[in-house]
Amino acid sequence: MSVYAALWRILPGPVWFRVILVLAILTGVIFVLFTWVFPWVDGIVNPIDVTVEQ
Amino acid sequence: MPTDAATPAPRRRRVGVVGVLGELLLTAGALVLLLLGWQLWWNDAITGAQQSAAASDLSSDWLEQARIDGDRGRAATDAATGAVDADGEPSIGTAAPSYGEAFAVMYVPRFGGESQRTIAEGTGLDVLNRVDLGVGHYEGTQMPGAVGNFAIAAHRSAYGGGMHEIEQLRLGDGIFIQTADAWYTYRFRDLEYVPPDTVGVLAPVPHHPELTPTDRIITLTSCNPLYSTAERIIAYGVLESWSPTSEGPPEEIAAAVSEWGR
Repeated sequence: MSVYAALWRILPGPVWFRVILVLAILTGVIFVLFTWVFPWVDGIVNPIDVTVEQ
Repeated sequence: MPTDAATPAPRRRRVGVVGVLGELLLTAGALVLLLLGWQLWWNDAITGAQQSAAASDLSSDWLEQARIDGDRGRAATDAATGAVDADGEPSIGTAAPSYGEAFAVMYVPRFGGESQRTIAEGTGLDVLNRVDLGVGHYEGTQMPGAVGNFAIAAHRSAYGGGMHEIEQLRLGDGIFIQTADAWYTYRFRDLEYVPPDTVGVLAPVPHHPELTPTDRIITLTSCNPLYSTAERIIAYGVLESWSPTSEGPPEEIAAAVSEWGR
C-alpha cells in the first residue's frame, strides 16, 4: 500500500463519488500548476534561446 | 455515510518506502510531462492569442491615428512625421525605440490568419516571452525600410511561436511590417540554417560586415529544429515597396487586417 491507495481510502462516499472527487482534485491541482507553478518554474529552469549571439 | 469506518479494510499493510518512492517518481514523471504540455501547447496557444490580439490593437490604433491625422491634412502630417520624403525614400522613423518599446507589427500571411505580432526593441526573453509583444528587434540593426538589415527574432514553438511556420516560407511570400508611419512590404527570398553563434546574419550585408549595404533587407531568426535550440533558422527578405499608414494596409492583406480585433 502506498500514498495514493491511502488517499483513496481517506476519500468518503461510494466509488462513483470518490471518482468524481479525484477528478475534481486533479483538475484543481492542474489549474494551480498551470496558473502559478509552471510559469514560475519555466522562468527559472528552461529559458528557450532563439536569437543568434556570441 | 462513512462506509469506511463501518467496514475497515481487512488487510492493512504498512506503507512501504519503496512503494512511496516509486509513486514519487511516477508523480515527478507526470509533472514533467505536464510541464512540457503546458509550455508547448497550453501556454503557447494562450500567449499566441494574447500577442495576436495586442498586435491587432496596436495596428488599428495606428490606422485610426493616421485617419485622424489625414483629416487634419496630409501635408501637415507628412511635414511633422517625415512620412514622405521628397525623393520617395521610405520613412524610417525619427528616434530609435528604447528597450522593450513596441514600434512595429509583423504580419506574414504564410504564418496563418492570427499570426500578427508586435515587434519591440531588444531580443531578451523579457521581450520575446511577453504576452503583448512576441517579436524582438536586434538592437543595433537597421529599422524597417532602411538600407541595411532589419533583423528580428521570435519563438518558434513556445510563448506564442511568432515564427512557428518559418520553414514554410516560399519565394516571394509577403512579410508585412507596419509602423506608426508606414507599411513596408518585404518579399521572402531564402532560408539559411546556422549555428547559434552566427551573428554574421545580422550584418547590414549578411555574413559580410565589411561591405556597405545598398539593399533594404529583413532577417527573421528563430530556433531550429522545431522544439530544439540546437541551431537557428534564418529567413531573408527584400523590401519591395512601402506606403504611408494613412493609405491603409497593402491590398494583399487589406481583407485580413480589416478582420483583426473582430
